Amino acid sequence: MPGAEIDTEKQFLTATVENGQIHDLASFLNNTPETCFDYLFCESAVDYSDHFMMVYHLDSTKHRHQMVMKTKITDRENPSIDSMCNVWIGAEYHEREIFDLFGIKFNNHPDLRKIFLDNDWVGFPLRKDYTDPVNIVER
Amino acid sequence: MTEETITGQLEEQEFSINMGPQHPSTHGVLRMILKLKGETVEEVKPQLGYIHRGIEKMCEKLTYAQTIHLTDRLDYMSAHILNEAVCLTVENALEVEIPEHIQYIRTIMDELNRIASHQLWWSAFGMDLGALTTFFYGLRDREKILDIFEETCGARLLLSYNVPGGLMFDIHPNFQKRVKEFITYFRKKLPEYDALLTGNPILQARTKGVGMLTREQAIAYGVSGPSGRGSGFSCDVRKHQPYSAYSKVGFKEILYNEGDSFARYKVRMDEMWESMSIIEQLIDNIPEGNHAVKMKAIIKLPAGEYYQRVEAARGEFGVFVVSDGNKMPYRMKFRSPNFSNLAAINTMASGQKIADLIAIGGSLDFVIPDMDR
Repeated sequence: MPGAEIDTEKQFLTATVENGQIHDLASFLNNTPETCFDYLFCESAVDYSDHFMMVYHLDSTKHRHQMVMKTKITDRENPSIDSMCNVWIGAEYHEREIFDLFGIKFNNHPDLRKIFLDNDWVGFPLRKDYTDPVNIVER
Repeated sequence: MTEETITGQLEEQEFSINMGPQHPSTHGVLRMILKLKGETVEEVKPQLGYIHRGIEKMCEKLTYAQTIHLTDRLDYMSAHILNEAVCLTVENALEVEIPEHIQYIRTIMDELNRIASHQLWWSAFGMDLGALTTFFYGLRDREKILDIFEETCGARLLLSYNVPGGLMFDIHPNFQKRVKEFITYFRKKLPEYDALLTGNPILQARTKGVGMLTREQAIAYGVSGPSGRGSGFSCDVRKHQPYSAYSKVGFKEILYNEGDSFARYKVRMDEMWESMSIIEQLIDNIPEGNHAVKMKAIIKLPAGEYYQRVEAARGEFGVFVVSDGNKMPYRMKFRSPNFSNLAAINTMASGQKIADLIAIGGSLDFVIPDMDR
């Protein structure tokens, strides 16, 4: 994968790519027999204040190896990324959760709705700049 | 109108119905919107969030030692296993060597927790299908494990027995004796479970061939634990990424290839035997040692990312910690097994009857707080 940044120092082998390449990388890792990453065991987002980081933890049930795939989302106003639902269907719920709590939109997601919070909930709780004077009291 | 035309009309109409949030068979507050055609389920849309407490957000304002007590409140039936997951993350990040004494006790407690969880599942599963008696049998035996927990940890359900670096205190002097008594007792009682429910023709008719999930679907949805293993998906973290004392014991990973509710039932029944055998291998060999490694009063993880996988009673539980070097995690994500298992319910229940949905839900063994977090 051109432009991928590989880090072997971490707990899992980590590949970081540009936002637009992540879906290609995912299908490549899933479909290539040598990698065969068919099990997405965790999908999460991290808010680094100036950007979001999407983190995908992958496992292969054939080769029993793991790796992490990462990409940055720099647009905080209108963050969006390609959905992984057509690679791993299990991503559907994880992405709905991230959409709900981080406000990241997933392109081509079959059913992108809030999953935990009410439809009229304002704000995205897991963002670092989220404030809620009633429910979150800083001590 | 004749009876025939009425039935004909009902079959043609599609309608939506709410199941839950207060429904005995959802084992908590989960609402499922069912699209029905007659009695056949066309689509299941689960609505979550009734017990969403924002635990991941809360963890960002708590120290690592404090976050342990919130993990109990996820899958409360696997409280000890989830506590251990956080402790292992911290210990591995700080590269603390955990003595065998602690590892053995943790593993024994894990397995006791798993048996207690499966007992309650078995009790409730029978009850979901109309066999009320199972509930009394299961809870009678589960009580014995809870008594052992109470004696050693002071708590029966939300144990909070793990602390970073070891255990809160050493095992009670009676612990080994009582665990051995329990194993002897339960080895006699478990065949009763089979005699009472497993061979029952009603149970078999309602679970065999119901809620099919193929191995490929299980992997793609990330359905893990006994539910995944009932579809032949080898996903036991204890086997593939052993932690604590699991590398030191011999046990079988239970796999069934049928992929129906009965296969998931059988996996859990067999797992109770395996758990007892794991405990037996360890209980007499607990090495001498201290119950905790001395840790700093304020635990700070070096900046970086840490992930720990453990096998909870319902499947793979994961803790993902992003640290910025502070005493509180920058981000803490819990990968909960029930959340991923629920994702597959539409695939499993479409085309089945409403009553089958109850059996499927029971065979997936939902714990709602674990989904909602």
